[in-house]
Amino acid sequence: MTQFEGFVASPTLMAPAARPPAGNRTWLSAYFGTPGNAAITIVSLGTIFGLAKLAIGWLFVDAIFAGTPAECKASSGACWPFLSAKLRYIFFGFYPFDEQWRPLTAMLLFLGACGVSMVPRTWGRALAVAWIVAILPTLYILMAGGLFGLTPVPTTQWGGLPLSFMLSFIGLACALPLGIALALARASSLPAIRVLGVGFIEIVRGVPLISILFMATVMLPLFMPDGITIDKLLRAQVAIILFAAAYIAEIVRGGLQAVPKGQIEAGHSLGLHYWQIMRKIVLPQALKKVIPPLVGLFIGFFQDTTLVTIVGLLDFLDTVRTAMRDPQWQGIAVLEGYVFAAVVYFFFSALMGIYSRFLEQYFRTTHD
Amino acid sequence: MSLIYDARIRAFLYQLIAIGAVVLVAWVMFSTASANLAKQDIATGFGFLARQAGFVITETAIAYEPTDTFGRAILVGIANTVKVSGLAVFFGTILGVLVGIGRLSHNPVLSRLMLAYVEALRNVPLLLYLLLWYSLIISVFPPVRQAIEMLPGVFLSNSGLVMPAMHWASGFEALLVALVIGVAAALVIARILARRRIATGKDMPIAAIATLAVLLPFAITLLFADISVSLDVPELGRFRLTGGYHVRPEFVALLIGLTLSASANIAEIVRAGIQAVSKGQWEAATALGLPRSRTLKLVILPQALRIIVPPLTNTYLTVFKNSSLAIAIGYPDLVMVSNTIMNQTGQAIEAIAIFMAVYLGLSILISLVMNWYNARVALRER
Repeated sequence: MTQFEGFVASPTLMAPAARPPAGNRTWLSAYFGTPGNAAITIVSLGTIFGLAKLAIGWLFVDAIFAGTPAECKASSGACWPFLSAKLRYIFFGFYPFDEQWRPLTAMLLFLGACGVSMVPRTWGRALAVAWIVAILPTLYILMAGGLFGLTPVPTTQWGGLPLSFMLSFIGLACALPLGIALALARASSLPAIRVLGVGFIEIVRGVPLISILFMATVMLPLFMPDGITIDKLLRAQVAIILFAAAYIAEIVRGGLQAVPKGQIEAGHSLGLHYWQIMRKIVLPQALKKVIPPLVGLFIGFFQDTTLVTIVGLLDFLDTVRTAMRDPQWQGIAVLEGYVFAAVVYFFFSALMGIYSRFLEQYFRTTHD
Repeated sequence: MSLIYDARIRAFLYQLIAIGAVVLVAWVMFSTASANLAKQDIATGFGFLARQAGFVITETAIAYEPTDTFGRAILVGIANTVKVSGLAVFFGTILGVLVGIGRLSHNPVLSRLMLAYVEALRNVPLLLYLLLWYSLIISVFPPVRQAIEMLPGVFLSNSGLVMPAMHWASGFEALLVALVIGVAAALVIARILARRRIATGKDMPIAAIATLAVLLPFAITLLFADISVSLDVPELGRFRLTGGYHVRPEFVALLIGLTLSASANIAEIVRAGIQAVSKGQWEAATALGLPRSRTLKLVILPQALRIIVPPLTNTYLTVFKNSSLAIAIGYPDLVMVSNTIMNQTGQAIEAIAIFMAVYLGLSILISLVMNWYNARVALRER
């Protein structure tokens, strides 16, 4: 194959006319090489300039940067005083105003811990223990209070960006072991267990997330014995976990199928039993293969947590929505909030997208 | 004691425990639920489906009046869901294929513009986009009283687009039958001609002949059948528009949102599919003297299709399930109608069970159709 490529690239055998003339023409021909290509370039540039003009006009030129709602109403551009007035509500919802340093600290701590955990070299048992023993309890105490002289804040007052992070991150962290268990069940040789696994996975994947959220918030209380009520936030969280688990199971199944059968047979011949083979031989290989798609899935779930808005939880999108319904600003700031929320979601999603591509690269160069 | 260590007996025990646990949980939930429902005086069963619904549905893909039954209302919801997701899949596929090919263009401006398009759509939640499109429509267009008359009888305002509607007094069925016959004939003729071309090498204008086969029965019916149509032109009153066909902003916002998000996903799938076709295929086609556009159409895309179809199925299913976000902007899809019914009758379990069953059923149907198509385009190993 390499010989063949060398043959084609050999300059003596290339038709001279096929080579573009040297110099600036090569750079230019990418844009204006043929009439069709020139038309594409002009139309594309026109689109970009049109959109940029519209965006800059709205975002900066016609925008009001400081002023009252009345001034905003008179202008056709964006109304940034709305954002500065409502920023703390948008980020933290109805969390008591004087205590809002707590969700802020929790969020920064969480993002810092995530940043450290994203470095593959830190992965290991110590990191998992640190998360379970130190980081998560600290975050919970910061948010809920009740210890170390912090005022207790009930979950009904939690909201905004910390809630969105919590729902998606804890959702995926808890869904991962469940998803692995489901994938193993689906690949099991025991028919009853396989049927249960397939049934759960296919039913959950066949219905929209909304229907599962509705089940958790409207239907579940009917199934609870008298006197037992489960927190609404927890119910939505459980719904997200169950939903995510089914999708994780399908990704992990792909990883399991990619592990050669000889690995399992080798485990058997060493006298290991099922769980030992899975835990020590199959899963480490399978999971390593599926880490990049799992990060991709996580981006999706981070965005999907916005759906809790529909069942009445005050997540980041919902604080934006309710901020715009504030009587003082209603009808004035109709788009600003959404644009701001879109920028925040874009930032975190794109960051994870870049990380996912980095992981793909990382695993490609160091293994196989 | 040795029985415990017998692999077969262990396997049997594990399965027994698993099934037992599931049955136990189901039984406990069922009994508490029926006790709770009895205490709250909520009726059970699907009898409510035959009762009068009594609520208005703003958009109906099939005929519906508030005097119709709850069952009919659910059918309207299903029809609305199918309508919006079907259209979104159709437009999203066309747009997605174009964007996916544009991503691979040699023109750096175009390929980067398409990259920005895909990234902007994939990194922001669909629900946020839906709300954004909806508020954009509401805030950019004028209120009904100052509706813009774009063409005579076509009004654009923040309550949507209103245009003249056609009311068929007779002849509609005949035209529909003619159309079906025409399409069927065109498909058969195209197949025969394609086979002939392969067998004999004689080229025929297949596309033109097929178009003629579609149009001919339609034209004949139009000439000879008894067709009478009345045009219902909307009129601008003081506060509202009366008459005509009304395209509502909820529907438009949902359709735009679903179409764009589907197109971004499909673009990525198409790009990956094209890139997966080996480079030698491009080189061979270029060596045969085919220009880039024909190489793409005749050599690359047919092969890429095999890789594209399975993930495309998933995207279609996602669009169909995502149409349930309609409830956030007030488009009466299946979930929103079920939600209204839940609030009116209190029969949450039945309503949720119905819409989950419908989603599951339609999901399986879509999978079956796409699997059949996949089997058709898959490489036939000899």
